[in-house]
Amino acid sequence: MTLVLEKRSAHSIVLVFTSPILAITITVVIGGIIFTGLGLDPITSLYIYFVEPVTTLWSIEELIVKATPLVLIGVGLSVCYTANVWNIGAEGQLTMGALAGSAVPVFFTTWQSPAALIAMLVLGAVGGALYGAIPAALKNRFGANEILTSLMLVYVAQLLLDWLVRGPWRDPQGYNFPQSVPFEGWQVLPFIGEGRVHIGVVFAIIAAIVLFVLMRKSLWGFKVRVIGSAPRAGGFAGFAEKRVVWFCFLLSGALAGLAGICEVAGPGGQLQPSISPGYGFTAIIVAFLGRLNPIGVIFAGILLAISYLGGEAAQVELGISDKTAQVFQGMLLFFILACDTLIHYRIRFVPSGPMTRRA
Amino acid sequence: MSELEAIILTIITASTPLLLAAIGELVTERSGVLNLGVEGMMIMGAVCGFATAHLSGSALLGIVAALFAGFAMSMLFAFLTQTLLTSQVASGLALTLLGLGLSGLIGESFTGVPGVKLAPLYIPLVSDLPFVGPILFGQDILVYFSLMLVPAVGYVLLRTRAGLIVTAVGGNHHSAHALGYNVIAVRYICIGFGGACSGLAGAYLSLAYTPQWIENMSSGRGWIALALVVFATWLPRRLLVGAYLFGTVWIMGLYVQGLGVAIPSQLLSSLPYLVTIAALIIISRNKTLTKINTPACIGQPFAPER
Repeated sequence: MTLVLEKRSAHSIVLVFTSPILAITITVVIGGIIFTGLGLDPITSLYIYFVEPVTTLWSIEELIVKATPLVLIGVGLSVCYTANVWNIGAEGQLTMGALAGSAVPVFFTTWQSPAALIAMLVLGAVGGALYGAIPAALKNRFGANEILTSLMLVYVAQLLLDWLVRGPWRDPQGYNFPQSVPFEGWQVLPFIGEGRVHIGVVFAIIAAIVLFVLMRKSLWGFKVRVIGSAPRAGGFAGFAEKRVVWFCFLLSGALAGLAGICEVAGPGGQLQPSISPGYGFTAIIVAFLGRLNPIGVIFAGILLAISYLGGEAAQVELGISDKTAQVFQGMLLFFILACDTLIHYRIRFVPSGPMTRRA
Repeated sequence: MSELEAIILTIITASTPLLLAAIGELVTERSGVLNLGVEGMMIMGAVCGFATAHLSGSALLGIVAALFAGFAMSMLFAFLTQTLLTSQVASGLALTLLGLGLSGLIGESFTGVPGVKLAPLYIPLVSDLPFVGPILFGQDILVYFSLMLVPAVGYVLLRTRAGLIVTAVGGNHHSAHALGYNVIAVRYICIGFGGACSGLAGAYLSLAYTPQWIENMSSGRGWIALALVVFATWLPRRLLVGAYLFGTVWIMGLYVQGLGVAIPSQLLSSLPYLVTIAALIIISRNKTLTKINTPACIGQPFAPER
């Protein structure tokens, strides 16, 4: 038996939407097999992992808290990847946004007015955008591969954060713990409801809607799509590829930076050596699962947030490592990519043998 | 042991994993495939190598396990990109994310357990020579293997028929296909070679560099190896120079830290990453140099017309 791909005459619209569902199903089935292998009841385990996180008000609130940065970053990345601009350093841009925004509470602790909060958010977005500008500039100016430069900058940003919270930005009253002063009053994001849901969720939804319209209706959206699918045609149409690279990196950097400052000024409440459980990397999966469509990214963000919560729940209730979450996330991306093949190709199994081999 | 001797020895240990992973990726890229999953394959090699060595007590078995772990990961990537024609960039990222997650899960029970150190070879008489003895004749087999692999790969790629086929497949897969070469099969082999080498690089980290399991212990070396291939403009001999240059930077950061110089340790730790960016800028500026050797089909999927 040989696997043969037959190109479809037109790509299947139905499968654009059903392929993520298929991928999720395969991931859950494989997950069940893994749980069985670990000697656990697969149904109970999968229930704890994927269903329980959406059954109580508390957990739904936590779900929104975790989905917020994933969606904020994911919508920016979806624009990048549509243009074939490979920003994989969102984690670094998130960190730099958090640092830039935190300069307000660290240096102006007594500045208590709504303006302080606005300044933090603006600085956060600007910090992320400027950090995103580095790989964009290096790509446009020197032709340096943006995948590698943006990723290297993640390590640099995390080391800078580590240095600041252990050194110059450490809270003098913090008993030598590596953390900044706790943010207070107008330097903390307004919360929605009883839990930890913060105003960032509003930013995420607005960003998704604005980018959805932008990508569909505006000239910039069109440029991004043309440069992504046919750069030569874009060149003939007079679209400057370099400006699209700038646009993508500044946009996705700003959104990642905003996600960063929202994390530390929201659920975090202060700077610490680790401010994100890898949201910037998980958002890559979110962007693909969401079909590189900003509205799709909202749903994908919620699903990946479930995997984080499910990982925590599984650790408490099943006694297995919360690292299973990362494994599920990685598997999911694999299966999405594999299932997406079905959009453009039909799969046939051809019995192999000398008789059926055609010249 | 003199200080210089100690520094040279640590430079060799820091350079070897970079060299191993990069030479494998070089072959993969020569065949026209960009596998961004080096970091994921390396870390899987590290954890499987460590676990096997710990359970069996044999570092050599650990090396074999790491080789197979890297190879198995690369076959996942090959199936996706070559058989299912998925995007190489996205699939490579998926491989890295999966590898980091899976290694964390596998390695959880091995955190803090004693490792097995890969023993250096001992050659009577010459290994005892002062200075040159330990440096030239007192390394472990993976160091020698990596150093022999570079000229071997260089010879095969540039001087043999098999190497020319690989280059042809990477340079123009349609022509290679028309000439009757099986593009997909060649790429499967080259991806597998890259995976096996990344696995060995991982084994070196967890069996020789620091004989223990630490989560994310590859700390970006897979990505640096990818940058090294660009830096070497796809030529094995330049890769050797590049890998040792980067190894030196890595060690000088640690060494200066040890001297107690008043520079934040984080700045020194970020040196390898900053130097990688600088190296990419320098080499990318030189358009002719990169263009001549860049495999023309890199990153493009190939589907034979039926």
